[in-house]
Amino acid sequence: MRKLLILVGVLLAAHVVLLFVHPAGAASPAIDPHAVNVGIVFDVGGRGDKSFNDAAYVGGERAEKELGVHVRFIEPGDGSDREAALRIFAAEGMKLVIGVGFIFTDDLVQLAKEYPNTDFAGVDFSVATDSAGNPIPPPPNLAALKFREEEGSFLVGALAAMVGHSKKVGFVGGMNSPLIQKFQAGYTAGVHYVCPDCQVIAQYAGVTPDAFRNPGKGKELALSQYQDGVNVIFHASGSTGLGVFEAARQTNKLAIGVDADQYSEAPGHVLTSMVKGVDAAVFDAIKRVKDGTFKGGIYSYGLAQNGVRYVYDEHNKALIPDSVQARLQQLRADIIAGKIKVPTTP
Amino acid sequence: MSASAGARRWRAQLEEAVLPAVVALLIAALVGDVLIIVYGQSPGEVYRALLEGTWGNAYGLGQVLYKTTTLTFTGLSVAIGLRAGLFNIGAESQLAAGGFAAGVLGTLLPPGLPALLVLPLFIVAAAIGGGAVGGAAGVLKSKWGAHEVITTIMLNFIVLALLNYLTVAHFKVFDTLHTADVRSGALPRLSALIPPFHGSAANMVLFLALAVVAVAWWYLFRSRAGYELRAVGLQPGAAEYGGVNVPGVWWRAMLISGAVAGIGGLNFVLGYKHYYEDGFSTGAGFLGIAVALVGRNNPVGVVLAALLFGTLSQGGLAVNALVPKQMVDVLQAVVIIAVVTSVPEVRRVLRSARRRGGPEA
Repeated sequence: MRKLLILVGVLLAAHVVLLFVHPAGAASPAIDPHAVNVGIVFDVGGRGDKSFNDAAYVGGERAEKELGVHVRFIEPGDGSDREAALRIFAAEGMKLVIGVGFIFTDDLVQLAKEYPNTDFAGVDFSVATDSAGNPIPPPPNLAALKFREEEGSFLVGALAAMVGHSKKVGFVGGMNSPLIQKFQAGYTAGVHYVCPDCQVIAQYAGVTPDAFRNPGKGKELALSQYQDGVNVIFHASGSTGLGVFEAARQTNKLAIGVDADQYSEAPGHVLTSMVKGVDAAVFDAIKRVKDGTFKGGIYSYGLAQNGVRYVYDEHNKALIPDSVQARLQQLRADIIAGKIKVPTTP
Repeated sequence: MSASAGARRWRAQLEEAVLPAVVALLIAALVGDVLIIVYGQSPGEVYRALLEGTWGNAYGLGQVLYKTTTLTFTGLSVAIGLRAGLFNIGAESQLAAGGFAAGVLGTLLPPGLPALLVLPLFIVAAAIGGGAVGGAAGVLKSKWGAHEVITTIMLNFIVLALLNYLTVAHFKVFDTLHTADVRSGALPRLSALIPPFHGSAANMVLFLALAVVAVAWWYLFRSRAGYELRAVGLQPGAAEYGGVNVPGVWWRAMLISGAVAGIGGLNFVLGYKHYYEDGFSTGAGFLGIAVALVGRNNPVGVVLAALLFGTLSQGGLAVNALVPKQMVDVLQAVVIIAVVTSVPEVRRVLRSARRRGGPEA
């Protein structure tokens, strides 16, 4: 008995001593009220996804370096953590609180109403519509950051038709949903714009979110399209696309990446990638808050804002002739100028 | 003489209940200290932020109570299984199935019915949802001897995938991952009674959890069926010799275990968001195993353990700005390991000390 009490005493003493250890460089939890403080809450899954959350992180880091703002991040666990994390940031007096992913939509709307003096932003925020189909604007202190994926898809579609040397071009989607159909619609329009008699073979890996992480299915779909005479496939299918790249390598044909520059997945076989600039949108929102020009509403990022773009650099220059690149730049300018209207549904 | 013997026994019981937990928590805290220092932060600051963000204000406390409510259900579910000698790893999917059943029921009811009137319907629906999953594993064990650890793990995959499919393909609201709002039966938040809890997710299901704990305690320790269940858990061969239908107890225990986890889904569906959301309960089922182990399969112990893990879970958010989320996950794991190793060890020391000390015990 006495031994046990001594043990408890020793453990307690050691714990109390360690409580006062203060390593050099330890951050103070108190936030600096004079700085611009920004809180970013990741989607469940958090950092390390090589896509969405990581892109938001990059945007936040860049804002810290270039704008001198303070950015803090929270990775939520279960479903109630999203609101809790937003609330922690709002209650701490952050100037801007960002939720990454459409799943934050409900939580952001509620918090924006409760904290009218805090600015909020939601990446891929899903804007509700009223019974007549008109969008319901978000609260005045909430910015919905949306992307016009169809515009970037249009350009890679035109590129696929121009360098494919085939009347057939391919598309592999992940989960068949309005979001991915936007990619398909833009891509198909781009193909037909430069090659009216070309045929787009569009296939989806499934109807559930699992269709975004099924490389086996991606490879199967891609192989059958390549055998069918397709020379270029654009995938918008998460990690299912890894199978598309595998098929491109195996058949020595070309594939187009999505969301981030996917050149390294299959060097020599990635024609380009349709990049979605989550990092730029996050940076932009932070910059507006710093400059005092932040306004709520729907922000739509397209080619004009560099919110979507296609990759053209030293890695894939050899695959894209100069004349083709010039034509793409012309198409890009035409879309920005409104001369070409890109559809959002196939 | 008998009074002092009673007092001594009471003291011995108190020591056995409290001391192992104290030792385990201190060991866990020390490991946490070292990890935090290695990461380059100050343990004092991190623990202070953790306490401030949980018990330090009404909102944080409300969040702790919300998480405690779900963990009480899943912890109790696992504890009931373990009392019958069955290791239910399936609380994760049983919880989700219960929540899904309640969410779907809520979209089918006519709007505007009084919440108290329809609450029993929701409890039955959630219990059927969770109980069906748990009961399936129970029947597989009773009829064909399939090990419940294997079947409940596999049922997690099957049920979670099925619920995901049903939600996405049939029940979701456009552009979301959740069902439509329940039309009747939504329960008020705790902040309706106690305004400072404003904003926190804690709600009236907390009281339902306490009621279920009381019923479970009565069932386990005061009813004949509960006695049989515990007898099977301690020594199935002896129970069978004593006339207990062991396979019957097995499937009933799994059914009840699953039903209790399923009712936990009401905390999110009726109390918090008023809809079922795919993945709402991620991790709460597995954490229930830890809650049951630390609470030593006792309903009251489960509540206390749920409070501890609820605090750590909410505290993880509060300290996320200082240390990565994984740090709190590791800390939770250390608590579990410290408890399961130090409890028998400390008790052994206590008992041998008493044996040397006198005739008592």
